[in-house]
Amino acid sequence: MIEARQLTKIFRDKKRGEIRAVDNVSFRCLPGRIFGLLGGNGAGKTTCLRLLATILQPSSGAATVAGYEVVTQPEKVRASIGFLSTGTALYGRLTARELVEYFGRLHGLSEEVLRPRLDALFAALDMNEFRDGRCDKLSSGMKQKVSIARTLIHDPAVMIFDEPTHGLDVLAARAVARFIRDCRAQGKTVIFSTHVMSEMEKLCDTIAILHRGRIMAEGSLGQLRERFGCQDLEDIFVRVVEETP
Amino acid sequence: MSRRFIGIVYRKELRDLLRDRRTLVSMIVMPVIVVPLLMTGFGLASVKLGGKVRQEIPKVMVLGGEDSTNTVAALRALKSFAFVPPSPDFTNLISDKKINAALGIPTNFDAAVQAGEPAAVTIYTYEGEFKSTIAAQSLDQFFRSRRDHLVAERLAERHLPQKLLAPFDIRQANVASPKKVSGNMIGMILPYLVIVMCMTGAIYPSIDLTAGEKERGTMETLLCSPVARADLVLGKGLVVLTVSLATACLSLFSNGAALLMLKRLAGNAVKGNLLPLTLDPSSLLAVLVMMLPLAIFFSGAMLAVGLYSRSAKEANSYLQPMLICTVIPALAAALPGLDLNYGLALVPVLNVSLAGREIMSGLFHWNYIAVVFGSMCLYAALAVALAAALFKREYVLFRT
Repeated sequence: MIEARQLTKIFRDKKRGEIRAVDNVSFRCLPGRIFGLLGGNGAGKTTCLRLLATILQPSSGAATVAGYEVVTQPEKVRASIGFLSTGTALYGRLTARELVEYFGRLHGLSEEVLRPRLDALFAALDMNEFRDGRCDKLSSGMKQKVSIARTLIHDPAVMIFDEPTHGLDVLAARAVARFIRDCRAQGKTVIFSTHVMSEMEKLCDTIAILHRGRIMAEGSLGQLRERFGCQDLEDIFVRVVEETP
Repeated sequence: MSRRFIGIVYRKELRDLLRDRRTLVSMIVMPVIVVPLLMTGFGLASVKLGGKVRQEIPKVMVLGGEDSTNTVAALRALKSFAFVPPSPDFTNLISDKKINAALGIPTNFDAAVQAGEPAAVTIYTYEGEFKSTIAAQSLDQFFRSRRDHLVAERLAERHLPQKLLAPFDIRQANVASPKKVSGNMIGMILPYLVIVMCMTGAIYPSIDLTAGEKERGTMETLLCSPVARADLVLGKGLVVLTVSLATACLSLFSNGAALLMLKRLAGNAVKGNLLPLTLDPSSLLAVLVMMLPLAIFFSGAMLAVGLYSRSAKEANSYLQPMLICTVIPALAAALPGLDLNYGLALVPVLNVSLAGREIMSGLFHWNYIAVVFGSMCLYAALAVALAAALFKREYVLFRT
C-alpha cells in the first residue's frame, strides 16, 4: 500500500525563487488497484513519484510505501518497489541479461533465486530473443521490456510508473498497459502517472488530477464524471485546470 | 557499508567501463603504445640526427688572417671545416644558416702572439642553433689546443716545468653506486610520470561513472536500487582507482621498456656514456606505495567533480585545469634545491613528488615519509568523504 500524507516538495531556484513542485498532497493507493496521477507537464507528477521512490526527500509531510516510511526507511522502501520512469534509462554497454542480473543482485537476490526468476521473467516478457543483446542496440520496445524486467526481478509489492509509455509505438504501449494490468492482477499496489487521457481511462481504478503540485480532484472515473458532469476525461481535466485559481 | 554491494557495483562498473573503447584508449592505447612509441621514436631520431650533424663538416668563413698564415694554415690542415670565401655579409649568412660560423682573425695576429702581446680571435655564431654551436665548439677547441701547445713550448724554452701553470690536478670521483646515480636521475622523472598518469587515468572513468551516468539517464535507475549511497560511491570510486593505478603501472612499465629500448638503439647509434639505467626494485615499490593515497585522493576528488557536473563536457572543463594544477607541483620535484621539509610534506602532489625523488635516489627520511603518507591519507579520506556527501545531495544528483 502507498499512503501520502501532506507530502510537499519545495525546490529553491536562484531565478524563480521557491517552487512548490508538490504541495500538500495526500492520497492512498491500495493493493490490487491502479492509482493514476493525471497532470500536464510540470504538474508535479514525476516529483511526487520520485518522493515515493525515495529518490527525492520531502520538504515536509510523510509517506508510507509497503509499510515503510520514505523519510526514515528509504532503503527498505526502495527494496519494496519497482520504479519505472522516462528518467530510468538502461546501461547501454550491458546486455539485457546482465542488466537485469545486476539489479537483481543490488536487491540482494542470491544466485539461486536470481537465475530461475530471470529465466521466468524473460520467458514471460518474451525477451529470450534479445537476452544477450547490448541494451544500446535494442529497439525502444525491447528496451522498455528490459526496464520492466528490471523493476520486477525482485518481485516488489509496489509498482511506480512514471509515464511508462512515453515514446513507445502503439504495440509497445499496449504491451506495457497489459503488464500494468498483470501487476494489478497479482495484487501489487500500482501508481501510474501520465498525461495521456485514454491510458488513464483504460487502466486506472482511481484517478487523481494533479495541477500545480496539488491534487485538485480524486476518485474513480465514474465518480469524476458524476462530479463534473462530463463523460470525457479530457473535458473533466480541462474543467479542473480552468477552475484552479 | 556492505562489502557485498560495493563488490557488485565495482564489478559491474568495471565491466561496463572496459567495454567502452574510450576507456581502452585512455587506459591502454595512449600510455602503453602511443606515448612510449613517440618517446622512443623522438629520442632515437634526436640521437641519430645529433650524430649525423656532428659528422657533417661545418661551413666556416675566415675573416682576415691574410698576415697570419701559420694559424690559417694549421686550421686548414685540420680538414675539419669547409671554408667559404669571406664576405662582409657574414652575420646574415650565419643567421640564415647558409654558413655555420665565422672566425675573425685580427691584423698581425700571428706576430702579436709571437711577440707575447695581447691578441684575440672572435668566433661568430648563431647562439642556440645546433650546427652553429658544433662549429663554434670545434673552432674553440682548435684555438685552445694551439694556445696550450704554445704555452708548453714557451715553458720549455725557458726551462720551466710544465707544472708551473698547473701546480695541482683536480679530479672528481663518483662514490655513489650506479643504482643511486640512476635513481637520482630517474627520480626526477618517474614520480612526475606516475602522478600525471594516475590523474589522466582517472579522468575518463570518473566522468563516465558520474556526469556520464546523469547524461545517459542511468543515474536515476541506479538510485532506485536499495543499495546505500555510500556503497554506490565506494564501488564507483574503486573502479576509478583501479583504472587510475592500472594506467600508471602500465605506463610505468611501457615507458621503462621504451627507455631501455632507446638506450640500446641509441647505444648502437652513438658511442659514449649514456644514462645508466639501474633501478632499485625496493625503491620503485616504495614510490608506488606512496602513490596509493595520492591515487585515492585523485579518484575521490575527480569523482566529486564529476558528480557535481551537469554533463561530461562540464566535468571535462573542470578537470582539465585540475590536471594543469597537478602537473606543475608534480614537475616541481625536478627543480634544483627544492628539498622535502615538514611544510612541503603537507602540500598534496608536491609532497609525493619530492618524496618519490628522494626514495628513488636511495634517501629514506622516514619522518618526512610518514608525514607525506599520513597527510595524503587524510586528503584521500576527505576527497572520498566529499564524493560520498555529494552523492547524497539531491541538488547535485539532479543538477542536469
